[in-house]
Amino acid sequence: MTELTELGVKAIRDGVAAGDFTAREVAEAHNAAVAAAGELNAFIVTTPDHALAAAERVDADRAAGKQLGAMAGVPIGMKDLFATKGVQTTAASHILEGFTPEYESTVSQNLWNAGAGMLGKLNLDQFAMGSSNETSYFGNVISPWRHKDGGNADLAPGGSSGGSSAVVAARIAPAATGTDTGGSIRQPAAFTGICGIKPTYGRCSRWGVVAFASSLDQAGPMARSVEDCAVMLGAMAGFDPKDSTSLDLPVPEWEANLSADLRGKKVGIPKEYRMEGTDPEILESWERGKEWLRDAGAEVVDISLPHTKYALPAYYIIAPAEASSNLARYDGVRYGLRDLPDGAGLQDMYAATRAEGFGDEVKRRILIGTYVLSAGFYDAYYNQAQRVRTLIARDFEKAWAQCDVILAPTTPTAAFALGDKMDDPLAMYLNDVFAVPASLAGLPAMSVPAMLNGDGLPLGLQLIGKAFDEQGVLNAGLAIQQRAGFDAKPEKWW
Amino acid sequence: MSTYRIQGATGEWEVVIGLEVHAQVTSNAKLFSGASTAFGAEPNTQVSLIDAAMPGMLPVPNRECIRQAVRTGMAIEATINAWSRFDRKNYFYADLPQGYQISQLYHPLVGEGSLTIEADEKAGIPQDKVIGIERIHVEQDAGKLMHDQHPTMSYVDLNRCGVALMEIVSRPDMRSPAEAGAYVRKLRTILRYVGSCDGNMEEGSMRADVNVSVRRPGEEFGTRTETKNVNSVRFVMQTIEHEARRQVDLIEDGGTVVQETRLFDPNTGTTRSMRSKEDAHDYRYFPDPDLLPLELDDAFLEECRASLPELPDAKRRRYVEELGLSDYNAAVLTAEVETFARFETLLAETAKRLGKSEKDAATQVANWSLSVAPGVMNALGDEANPAHATAEAQAAILQMQAAGEISGGQAKEIFEIVLRTGREPAEIAETEGLKQQSDTGAIEAEIDKVLAANADKVEEYRGGKDKLFGFFVGQTMKAMQGKANPAVVNELLKAKLG
Repeated sequence: MTELTELGVKAIRDGVAAGDFTAREVAEAHNAAVAAAGELNAFIVTTPDHALAAAERVDADRAAGKQLGAMAGVPIGMKDLFATKGVQTTAASHILEGFTPEYESTVSQNLWNAGAGMLGKLNLDQFAMGSSNETSYFGNVISPWRHKDGGNADLAPGGSSGGSSAVVAARIAPAATGTDTGGSIRQPAAFTGICGIKPTYGRCSRWGVVAFASSLDQAGPMARSVEDCAVMLGAMAGFDPKDSTSLDLPVPEWEANLSADLRGKKVGIPKEYRMEGTDPEILESWERGKEWLRDAGAEVVDISLPHTKYALPAYYIIAPAEASSNLARYDGVRYGLRDLPDGAGLQDMYAATRAEGFGDEVKRRILIGTYVLSAGFYDAYYNQAQRVRTLIARDFEKAWAQCDVILAPTTPTAAFALGDKMDDPLAMYLNDVFAVPASLAGLPAMSVPAMLNGDGLPLGLQLIGKAFDEQGVLNAGLAIQQRAGFDAKPEKWW
Repeated sequence: MSTYRIQGATGEWEVVIGLEVHAQVTSNAKLFSGASTAFGAEPNTQVSLIDAAMPGMLPVPNRECIRQAVRTGMAIEATINAWSRFDRKNYFYADLPQGYQISQLYHPLVGEGSLTIEADEKAGIPQDKVIGIERIHVEQDAGKLMHDQHPTMSYVDLNRCGVALMEIVSRPDMRSPAEAGAYVRKLRTILRYVGSCDGNMEEGSMRADVNVSVRRPGEEFGTRTETKNVNSVRFVMQTIEHEARRQVDLIEDGGTVVQETRLFDPNTGTTRSMRSKEDAHDYRYFPDPDLLPLELDDAFLEECRASLPELPDAKRRRYVEELGLSDYNAAVLTAEVETFARFETLLAETAKRLGKSEKDAATQVANWSLSVAPGVMNALGDEANPAHATAEAQAAILQMQAAGEISGGQAKEIFEIVLRTGREPAEIAETEGLKQQSDTGAIEAEIDKVLAANADKVEEYRGGKDKLFGFFVGQTMKAMQGKANPAVVNELLKAKLG
């Protein structure tokens, strides 16, 4: 019998539909993999019953001859930033520990409607703030990957969707949801040798997703192939009147329109992404990427995105500014943690609750955000950063006159060891340097695995597309996937 | 020019007033959530997940609230900004679940406009005065803290939280408490005409932040204080009187006015400091990233404009110019929506019954509406059932009076019975004998008796003592127990006396 946990989204869906195996068998196999992977610390809670119930519905529907959904029979991991009705939703924070929503996020509901089931709520960086999954209140997620020299240093699975990347790479789930504010889908995907796409801002509803930086947050799928990402994104996306920033556009038939034939397409290579200090192996993967895309029929052209170097500073003003306001609601008054010292008044309760409930990185960003919005600094920081953001979006607009899709590295390095950068926030922030510009411009961007580096760790390539052109991104990703032949997977040690 | 001055020890001072009026938008649902806005519900029964700021909840603008604010802007002839944006005003308080209020600082929905307060000699407003309105922006209301429910804890009621408010910000154009009072009343009238706010100050639908400073007449503005949440016209005026006096005394005693937020105490009619500028919040305003800029298209704006009713100033002008009413009557009739609505219904009904134009019936209906009818109602007090005062009943009375069937006094008597019982005016006139005698035969008979009994006076009259005509009228009316139609009596008497 097929090893069910080796199958991807599409293979499971099609296999269930064809009767090769039942959805329940798939759910059971994955539930078992989840149960056996405690060492990775990828889940905050597991929900085997949810996965089984969804699978049984699919099996019953199939038996009844009903039309099956796009994700029918596929058990997935749900990043614990999505509100799930009746299941604890924490954003990996202490302040929301024990919080069980009475409502279901639009994206997760869309997935359940498409026939998916939930294996559990995935660990992440606290409030999605981090690039290594080391800021979770519930402990680090440990990457299933190890250096090939046999050293057993724990590696970062990337962040903030580190639980998602870890379980997909480790064959514990065929796919997982991620959210990407400044690289939180793409960077962990690159670190773990899987695919992940952040769609155009507004494609996936933010309703019911714990907010980090509202103008940047976007949900997207993480899976082991471009096809699987296309399938799952199609199920997640769609206009939602409950989110004012949601795109009121039909969801394209991404899966049906996948094509690796890039003849007539131009691929832009931004010279500003060739930064000092970039790992030579990363540069090598970029060179290979160009070759693969040429081989697929595309023309590779040099382009310039002149404001790239300002993207990271602008991002680390805008995102904390929004976060400082978005996280004000966690105040101990209505839900979540309340720390009310004896004789304390309202202000004392706020202070005690938030001091206790937020981790260091979250506090750091709240402080930064509060500072950049405060009287006297607003123009110099927040307004200036917004102007930079406009310039960065304009850079891309100009680039589209020369190319259809942009190829760049996803990250400046391969996965680093846990603990490596925790004492140096700036070094940690720098890991998002290639991811952030597309976030600021709201553009669809994807990471696909390209190769293993000398340490045996995956390197990812990033494709950035025009607004609304997820198809162009997916197609270029598919072309790379077909030529890279990336089939490496972590050796099971957990 | 206002001549209102505060007499200080060192001379005269002028007061400068600006008002920020918070008006609750009339709408079934809140500004960014579908929760109800009905007043007086049990605590926390009108709270959506959005109002409670649950994780991941997002605001979606309520089109009706925006529409009402735009219509209000149009009613004060303001610039409507087809592109506006919502900002977050950040501060922590237990009645503010999001930790920020969604408001509009940088790009308000409505720009510069104005309204006119009418001359009122008695109040020291010698002529009509235009008061500038800087802007109207739309924002969320906060919830309410209840401190009397528990000995050591405060309770929070989020029913109001998220309700749409219009903040209507005037220019510092007012110079006396009377002008400020007139401004608030006029604004309230306009809001009620437009239907964008019920203007109910007792229920908190309208409240004002009162900015007051003093200066020597003609000099630069002084430092202002802002007194928050004043909830009646009288209190607004008291706030200004007290605050201006306090500032003058302070300055004359060698002190300086500090920019601060103050609270009005209705029990004492005084204000006290709430927080000074140094303690002021840094609200860290920034554009709300959950909301796209608000862009209004031409069709929407056109619909808003087309839905505007005739506004107070235009109506008042029309009452004077087209209906021929006095300035005073026009002003009183147009001050309140209910008043003009009743008047216009009665006018239409009466004109129809009389077969006259509205213009020809207007004066009679206005006099009835403003003095006769209220007089009867007030005299009856609780015995009157206002529901009986239908336009049909009143028009029927006016019609009988115009036809000479009943006298003015009988009209009042009939209306009194209508108010008590709801009976038909024609039936009352008939049954209760409240009709004028116009039967020439009966009147003639009485006249003949009067003339015969007063032959000497008839001689005197015919000898040129014209003034005696009134005597004959009086005697005839007396004989007829006041029920004769005076016109018929006059006519017959003239004929008989030759």
